[in-house]
Amino acid sequence: MIEIENISKSFNGKMILDGISGNFEKGKPNLIIGASGTGKSVLLKCIVGLLKPDTGSVLYDGRDFYEGDRNLKIEIRREMGMLFQGSALFDSKNVEQNVMFPLDTLTKMSKEEKLDRVNFCLKRVGLENVNLKMPSEISGGMKKRVGIARAIVNNPQYLFCDEPNSGLDPQTSVLIDELIQDLSEDLDMTTIVVTHDMNSMMGIGEKIMFLYQGHKVWEGTKHDITRSGVRELDNFVFANKVMQSMRSAGTNF
Amino acid sequence: MITEIGKYFIFLRNLFVNRESFGTYYKLVLEESVSIGLGSLFLVALVATFMGAVTTVQTAFNMVSPLIPNFVISQVVREMTILELAPTIIAVIYAGKVGSSMAGGLGTMRITEQIDALEVMGINSVSYLVLPKIIASILMYPLLVIIAGVCALAGGYLVGTVTEIITPNDYVYGIRYAFNPFTVTFALIKSVVFAFLVASISSFQGYYTQGGALEVGVSSTKAVTNSVIAVLLSDYFLAQLLLGK
Repeated sequence: MIEIENISKSFNGKMILDGISGNFEKGKPNLIIGASGTGKSVLLKCIVGLLKPDTGSVLYDGRDFYEGDRNLKIEIRREMGMLFQGSALFDSKNVEQNVMFPLDTLTKMSKEEKLDRVNFCLKRVGLENVNLKMPSEISGGMKKRVGIARAIVNNPQYLFCDEPNSGLDPQTSVLIDELIQDLSEDLDMTTIVVTHDMNSMMGIGEKIMFLYQGHKVWEGTKHDITRSGVRELDNFVFANKVMQSMRSAGTNF
Repeated sequence: MITEIGKYFIFLRNLFVNRESFGTYYKLVLEESVSIGLGSLFLVALVATFMGAVTTVQTAFNMVSPLIPNFVISQVVREMTILELAPTIIAVIYAGKVGSSMAGGLGTMRITEQIDALEVMGINSVSYLVLPKIIASILMYPLLVIIAGVCALAGGYLVGTVTEIITPNDYVYGIRYAFNPFTVTFALIKSVVFAFLVASISSFQGYYTQGGALEVGVSSTKAVTNSVIAVLLSDYFLAQLLLGK
């Protein structure tokens, strides 16, 4: 489980996150949602340690990331996997080398063991026979899958996904969402997904945190997101024409 | 300005903190060495050859007194090449080619979150990405300077003898006349310092790129400008320190 307490962050005097607290549970996707510019990605970066919050703490199964020494930080980081918005695959390496990279640098596994593990992870995300392709030769959806394979190759305890559906068609988005949900359950990881995609929220939103202008405004599940009674959340959820027409038609969400 | 310099020294310190295994660096240094060394060889050889040829012609043009023997032409070419043209002028070319490439590459990695990906994996990205570049640069640039020196002297010989400015015997005699081996040591010391400056300054500019494609271009330009300024300043200080009276 990951617990965050009173996370605040400002840039050049402008408050981006203001006292965010909450916890993210194991074995299911935990969603952080909100409109663009509300601080979702900044919060995620504070959680993984890419940005240091001005105040607050982040606890990984009780271990304080920011209070710990350098070794603890490295230990926690080596238990993390992260899927970046643009996949962040290494341009100079092919798919196999990208997925194998954490094993090459962080483990002492033999070449055969590493290759087996890479092939297993690629198969797990539905990719086969693409090992020797370069990132520039595969589609956006495939890049995301390779990014997920790289994130899980080291058996992480914590998985972070920053806008996993951005730039993908609806069908591929659903596949990626399902993959994240299945992996979280199967590997019993604490997964945090930053998104503003309504399909993701209604699909895998077992636990959702809604941010508005740097504040946590609401927390709940996909089952009660449409009847929260929070004006900011309603504006966000029903900004979509499909959701508006479903509400007009009296759909029971 | 002061903040930037402070940030640069913290950046240099981070090169040696939480390093990866020796084997990891060995492979990366080899890859970088091939890229830096072989990748720059043609341009360096071309520039140096023409530099030597032009220096020969211009030195001959300026030697109007019949009292000065012809072999002085190649003696002047030798001194200019070893002391200044090969290490310093080639460093400017090197900053333009290798430095901008380093800054561009790291800048692109930064804006596409590849550096963040390394950090999240628990890898010290400064050490992993930059240290091999600096080591490879320090290993390769002195070799490039030696090759540049040879090419410049060969270029001078070729042009000098073909255009009958100087006879082959005079050229070779001038090259060997009153040769002080310390000039070569001095050139190699300079080349190590320049290699370090170009690689570290360019990597620093690229590593801290913020924004998008436009900023990557700005970082590359700043990398070249700052590297060239650092090279010229250190050139003066080294000359004063090692050759000054």
